[in-house]
Amino acid sequence: MATNSQGDAIRIRGLRKSFGSHCVLNGIEMTVMRGQVAFIIGPSGSGKSTLLRCVNHLESYDGGELWVDDYLVGAERRGSGWIEASTSVTAARRARIGMVFQRFNLFPNMTALENVTAGLRLVMKQDAAQAFERGRELLARVGLSDRGDSYPSQLSGGQQQRVAIARAIAANPGIVLFDEPTSALDPELVGEVLAVMRDLARDGMTMLIVTHEISFAEEVGDVVHFIDAGRIAESGRPAELIRHSNNPRTAEFLARIRTTH
Amino acid sequence: MSLLTETSGRAEAVPGLLIRRRPGARIFSSVVAVAALIVVLTLAGIVVGSGSIHWEVIGEYFFAPVMLSGVATTLTLTIVSLAGSAILGTLLAAMRISKNSVLRVIAAGYIWFFRGTPLLVQIVFWFNLGLFLPRLSLAGFTVSINTLVTPTTAALLGLVLNVSAFMCEVIRGGLLAVDTGQTEAALSIGLTPSRALLRIVLPQAIRVILPAAGNLGIDLLKATSLVYVIGTKEILGTVQGIAAQNFYVIEMLIVASLWYLVLVSIASACQSWLEAHLARGIGAGPRPIARPNL
Repeated sequence: MATNSQGDAIRIRGLRKSFGSHCVLNGIEMTVMRGQVAFIIGPSGSGKSTLLRCVNHLESYDGGELWVDDYLVGAERRGSGWIEASTSVTAARRARIGMVFQRFNLFPNMTALENVTAGLRLVMKQDAAQAFERGRELLARVGLSDRGDSYPSQLSGGQQQRVAIARAIAANPGIVLFDEPTSALDPELVGEVLAVMRDLARDGMTMLIVTHEISFAEEVGDVVHFIDAGRIAESGRPAELIRHSNNPRTAEFLARIRTTH
Repeated sequence: MSLLTETSGRAEAVPGLLIRRRPGARIFSSVVAVAALIVVLTLAGIVVGSGSIHWEVIGEYFFAPVMLSGVATTLTLTIVSLAGSAILGTLLAAMRISKNSVLRVIAAGYIWFFRGTPLLVQIVFWFNLGLFLPRLSLAGFTVSINTLVTPTTAALLGLVLNVSAFMCEVIRGGLLAVDTGQTEAALSIGLTPSRALLRIVLPQAIRVILPAAGNLGIDLLKATSLVYVIGTKEILGTVQGIAAQNFYVIEMLIVASLWYLVLVSIASACQSWLEAHLARGIGAGPRPIARPNL
C-alpha cells in the first residue's frame, strides 16, 4: 500500500524493530482512527513504549509501515520511491504530535509557563506575549493557572505532569502520545493527571496511551490493544477485552495487574 | 575523636532531663586551639618581624607602571586562553560525542597527548618551533616561524592547546550530565537535534560546566606564570626582571603573590555570582522525580 488512503490518524502494518539481536516489535498491526482514544496495555518489555516512540520517530523502525495522517514516518517521497526524512521534516512532523513522558521531562531551568510555551516560542516562533497568553489558557485548562511562575522543582509530581500535558497540547497537535503518564507518580497524585486526560478525551483529541491504569482504560478508552512479545495479541472494546477476554495471555496479564493495583 | 562530638550543646535550653556536656572534650579542643594559634603567630612573627623584609619596597612596586603592565599581560593571557579553549574545547567535545568514529579518535588522541605532557614542556616546545619548522607554507603563502612565534604567541599557543584538552572533558561531562529525557522532550515539541542541543541541553549543561570551568580558569590564571621561562613579561616575568636589578627577590615575589591573590579572589567572586545566577529554578542536588504537595 502506497498511501494511508483511509485517512486514519495512525496506521501500522507489519512493524518490526530490534535492539541488537533482541526483537522488540515483531509485526505490529494497528489502526488509530481520528478522535479515537486508544490504549496499549501489556507486560513490561513487551514493546509498548517502543511502539509509541516510533510514532513520532524518537525510535526508528526496521521494517513494515508506519503511517501518520498522510506521511510515512521517517521517510519522504523522492521520485517514485522513498528517502530518509530530513531532520527538519522530522522536526516539523513531531511538532504536530504531542508527547507526555513517564518522568515528565519538564525543562528544569524554565518556569511552568515557559515550559508550556517552549514549542510556541522556539518552534512556532510566536512572539512571547502571544505565546504566554496561550500558555496561561493552557495552564488554566489543566488547573494550574496560579502556578505559571513556579519552576518544576517547586511543583508536585502530579502538577509537573499536568504542565507536561499542557506543553504537549500547546501547538494543537493532531495526536497526543502518553508513555505511562502516571507510573512515576505517588498514588494520591494519579487522579489529578487522569482527570486532565479524561477532559482531553471528551474534547475529541486523538490519544494513544500506554498505561497500567486498567480501570481508566475501561472508563475512557474506545479501544484497547493488548501487546505481548512484540505483537498485538488482542484488540477490542475495553469492557469486552478487560472483562471477557478469551485470550489466556490477556486474562493472565489482567489478573496479575489486578493483584498488584 | 572528641573534636567531632560537639553535640548536645544547648541541652539546658530544652525542657526535660538535663544532660550535661562532658568536660573533657571542651578542655581538649581549647588546648588544641591555643597550640595552633601559638604556632601560627610564631611563624608570622618570624616572617614579619625578622627585619630583613623591606615592606616599603613592596608598597613602592605594587602599583608601579611596569607592574601594572605585567598584570595586564597576565589578564590578557588568561582571558584569551580561556576564550580560545572554550571554543576549541566545545569543538573537541562535539567531536568526542560525535557518531563519526574518525572524529572521536582524533579528539581522544588530542586529549591523550595534551593532557599527558607537562604544560611547561609544551610552552618551551612552541617557543622553539622554529628549530625544526623554520618556515610554514600553506596555500602558496610562506611565513617564517620566527616572526610568527613571539614569546606572547608561543605562550598563548601553549596555554590554549593545553587548556582545551581539559576544557573539552569539562564540557563533555556537562553535556552528559543532562538527562536524555530533556533531549527527547525538546525533539517531541519539534526542535531539530542541533537546536535541541543548543537551546535546551547546553543551557542546563552550563550549570555543571561552570564550576569546573571556573576552577580551570583559576588554575590557568596561575599557570600563566610558567610562560616567564620563555621571556613573556607577565606578573612573574616582570618581578623577576625587577629583582634582577634591585636584588629584592623575596619582596618582589611577595608583590607577585599579592597580585595573584587579588586576581584569583576577584575571579572566585565572579564565579560564585554566575553560579548563583544560573541556579535559578534548580534546588540543591538533582531534580526530584516526584515531590509531595507543597
